[in-house]
Amino acid sequence: MALAKITQVSGRGVPVLGNDIDTDRIIPARFMKCVSFDGLGEFVFFDVRKNADGSPKEHPLNEARYQGASILISGANFGCGSSREHAPQAIQKYGFRAIIAENYAEIFFGNSTTLGIPCVSASREDIQKLVAAVQSNPQTEIVVDVAAKEVRFAGQKIPVTIRDSARDALINGRWDAIGELLEGIPVVKTFTAKLPYLSA
Amino acid sequence: MQLPATIGPLDMSPAATATLAHVDNANFRPNLDISMAKSLFEKVWESHTVRKLANGQTQLLIGTHLIHEVTSPQAFGMLRDLKLKVLMPHRTFATVDHIVPTDQFAEPYADPLAQAMMDALRKNCAEFGVTFFDRASGKQGVVHIVGPEQGITQPGTTIACGDSHTSTHGAFGAIAFGIGTTQIRDVLATQTMAIGPLKVRRINVNGKLRPGVYAKDVILHIIRTLGVNGGTGYAYEYGGEVFDRMTMEERMTVCNMSIEGGARVGYVNPDETTFAYLKDRPYSPKGAAWDAAVAGWKAVASDPGCHYDNVVDFRAEDIPPTVTWGINPAQAIAVGENIPDPAKATSVDEKASIEEALAYMKFKANAPIKGTKIDVAFLGSCTNGRLSDFQEVAKYIKGKRVAPGVKALAVPGSQIVALQCAKLGIDQVFRDAGFEWREAGCSMCLAMNPDKLVGDQISASSSNRNFKGRQGSPTGRTLLMSPLMVAAAAIAGSVADAREVFAVAK
Repeated sequence: MALAKITQVSGRGVPVLGNDIDTDRIIPARFMKCVSFDGLGEFVFFDVRKNADGSPKEHPLNEARYQGASILISGANFGCGSSREHAPQAIQKYGFRAIIAENYAEIFFGNSTTLGIPCVSASREDIQKLVAAVQSNPQTEIVVDVAAKEVRFAGQKIPVTIRDSARDALINGRWDAIGELLEGIPVVKTFTAKLPYLSA
Repeated sequence: MQLPATIGPLDMSPAATATLAHVDNANFRPNLDISMAKSLFEKVWESHTVRKLANGQTQLLIGTHLIHEVTSPQAFGMLRDLKLKVLMPHRTFATVDHIVPTDQFAEPYADPLAQAMMDALRKNCAEFGVTFFDRASGKQGVVHIVGPEQGITQPGTTIACGDSHTSTHGAFGAIAFGIGTTQIRDVLATQTMAIGPLKVRRINVNGKLRPGVYAKDVILHIIRTLGVNGGTGYAYEYGGEVFDRMTMEERMTVCNMSIEGGARVGYVNPDETTFAYLKDRPYSPKGAAWDAAVAGWKAVASDPGCHYDNVVDFRAEDIPPTVTWGINPAQAIAVGENIPDPAKATSVDEKASIEEALAYMKFKANAPIKGTKIDVAFLGSCTNGRLSDFQEVAKYIKGKRVAPGVKALAVPGSQIVALQCAKLGIDQVFRDAGFEWREAGCSMCLAMNPDKLVGDQISASSSNRNFKGRQGSPTGRTLLMSPLMVAAAAIAGSVADAREVFAVAK
């Protein structure tokens, strides 16, 4: 199955600001009681979006002006905490196609890349410019250009960074590594002779 | 961002911490040291490298794969979709921990979703030929307790598990990664995964810990100093006199929380303590194979003079009994300190994060943490749910009682820990003191089972995360601390200095 070459993603953005937004906040553990990822999208950021009685709290994802946004904008250390892939799955299933933040927690970054969600990093100042543009006009079209390592919006252009291996995987359509990993199995089998514990 | 070469013990100012706060994910550079001396990380990485992938990542062999019911069912589903098998079922081990109720085991469970996850794991293990440490085996427990207990966790190996606290296994000198579900599929199907190298930070703790200061305090202190994302891009190698003296269970407590400091991997070099722990475990090598294995394990330890990308030094004497007051594990203070004041923050970020935490915790700046009333005391989890955790607390709680109104849970991390405690009469000591003595599981660490906070209850917890809503109530509040501090809080009814409650000589 050929994977899409994700060279750029465009759409409207929504700022979910703050640092250290952890994966428990992105998808509370009780929604992980499932044997499939189907339907996780509706629970993204659930406890900060909704009160115990289900009524909406004040949260950007609840604002009419940000409905339909497909680019998530956040702060530093986004996705810290648990390794749950349920977090990027919920983000993707909600409708997000890319994330722009200052930086990311390691496991979250890898999980997202494997799902084909580009996670690009921008400086705080540049994120502030982007947020200002989106807040003043939520219809602002944002282009996350993974190949060119820049984000364009409202006539502005900001540089972004993304780990080389992730950029390569996204733009060349090999972000899901399973095909390549399977090709390596003949070599994997030779390790049984080198590493005794594999035979235990 | 370049970190300072060393961070002295006094360099704990918010400013120093703030400068460590941001490590750019994009800035990964493998160390290409050409000298002969190598770190354990480099040696294990090299011995498990299958090949380079087109995007520059490494196809890394994962020798041991641990799975549990929460993150694996979708991975087995993907295998079925792709018509793939498990490549090395004999190197894949399963247990059930997150969703099991700790007070009743008769199936079906009251929660049909939990039962569905249990059924899925049982079915997947049977279908794909994976060993399942089910409750009937007597070996069930929290995955990060079961692996070491069975001798599955060994030095010089690579381990992966769909759980961020997989770093625990680094206590044995293994390189152990927490992974997502798609990667679980990759490891099931190919016994490998795609990953880039990490830098290595050596963390030295020299000197002698003061009485009443535990491994939990050591790691909370490290995270407080280096920040929740100070370790992004790094493997943490822990060493120095304090680690040399630690038991395996203490090393596991520290390595367990590496991820809370942003480090995906944490490890301690294997030594005689490691070998003694592993001798005669069910999956440990036997006879001549044991001697050969030990020789290999000795050789895999970091060489003297090897290169580290960064070195941080701590003095054991500077580490106090530590308690978190906020909503991430770095928001921690000594039990005698006051809750921080946003007005004294040295950066915009620090001010915002203190304000956010104070608002959520409903705490006042500058108030002492000591004396904060608690509703629940939780002793257990992959961080502090091992025999020695209960043994240590049992020494002090005899003749004492949990304060009225406090719900105190003691939850052994595995069926074997429970059995050991029962043999030693430790379970009865806890019951006599007013604790509910439960059966093995993750329990209140993450609230995927009936053990949950209610409303805005405050929990004194020996677990690893104090995120908003972590213990099951969207407004619940968690204070992380060592097991003895949890016991002290349970007995006092409020956060207390265990050294005072139990007359530990300071």
